[in-house]
Amino acid sequence: MEPVRDARGETALVATLREGDEDAFAELVRRNHALMVRVARTFVPTQAIADEVAQETWLAVLEGIDRFEQRSSVRTWIFGILANKARTRGQRERRTVPVSALEREDDASATVDPDRFFPPDHPRVPGHWASVPVHPRDVPEERLESAELRERVARAIDDLPERQRIVLSLRDVEGWSAEEVRNVLELTETNQRVLLHRARSRVRRALEGYLEETNA
Amino acid sequence: MTPPDPTCQELVELVTDYLEEALPADERAVFELHLTECDGCIAHLEQMRTTIRLAGALKPEDVAPEAEEALRSAFRAWRERAVGE
Repeated sequence: MEPVRDARGETALVATLREGDEDAFAELVRRNHALMVRVARTFVPTQAIADEVAQETWLAVLEGIDRFEQRSSVRTWIFGILANKARTRGQRERRTVPVSALEREDDASATVDPDRFFPPDHPRVPGHWASVPVHPRDVPEERLESAELRERVARAIDDLPERQRIVLSLRDVEGWSAEEVRNVLELTETNQRVLLHRARSRVRRALEGYLEETNA
Repeated sequence: MTPPDPTCQELVELVTDYLEEALPADERAVFELHLTECDGCIAHLEQMRTTIRLAGALKPEDVAPEAEEALRSAFRAWRERAVGE
């Protein structure tokens, strides 16, 4: 069943929560907590601290819920609190990831294996595909919708370097806008796009591996 | 800046910019023109789109029961205080 991610639903939850509905709060937690921990983890050095920061954020959410004026979405508000707490805590732990580490963490190599292309000194078509990649439409649909492929994609995402993983998760898994991601993670437009590009490229390689097996 | 006649190898580095609608108009035109003539890049772009779609279909993670229970307790404590005011 498709998980519900609509903002309207969360606004309704907040309304019921304010009236003391514990299940509404639990639902809000269920929708956001795991992601909050992962976002916090990009700012702080350990999983345990990330868990703490997420828990503290919920307390702050409860304390501030009556003052929440719904000018932003619930999610933006919650993650704004989280990011502030995570950054502060990260600085206190003196392990906030500096921008330079952003470049170190990412491989500077090309996102598609250079062997897939003709070399630059090729007489006719330098830099052109040496063989055409598999087009997804040329693969049986049940293979594209298979659990196995979903698992490979999930695993490829889990294996991404931390900053790439969180950007791809927020943008493509959770459906956040580029602006929301930039604001919460304090990234420039370019940084965000570079991370997204590298993340998607790696996951695409996992997909391509699977497509090529299918077609073999 | 995209060269007027990019190779496929150069083009694949622009795919995300293209999908994010972050390419300036002239570069987007060059990109799209290349696509009309290149099965390889069409397939590659479609692989990217499929990747994004599959990522979007993943189910969200579950919250650990202990974490949820701790938060429910915190909620009840908050509610007590709130009622008391």
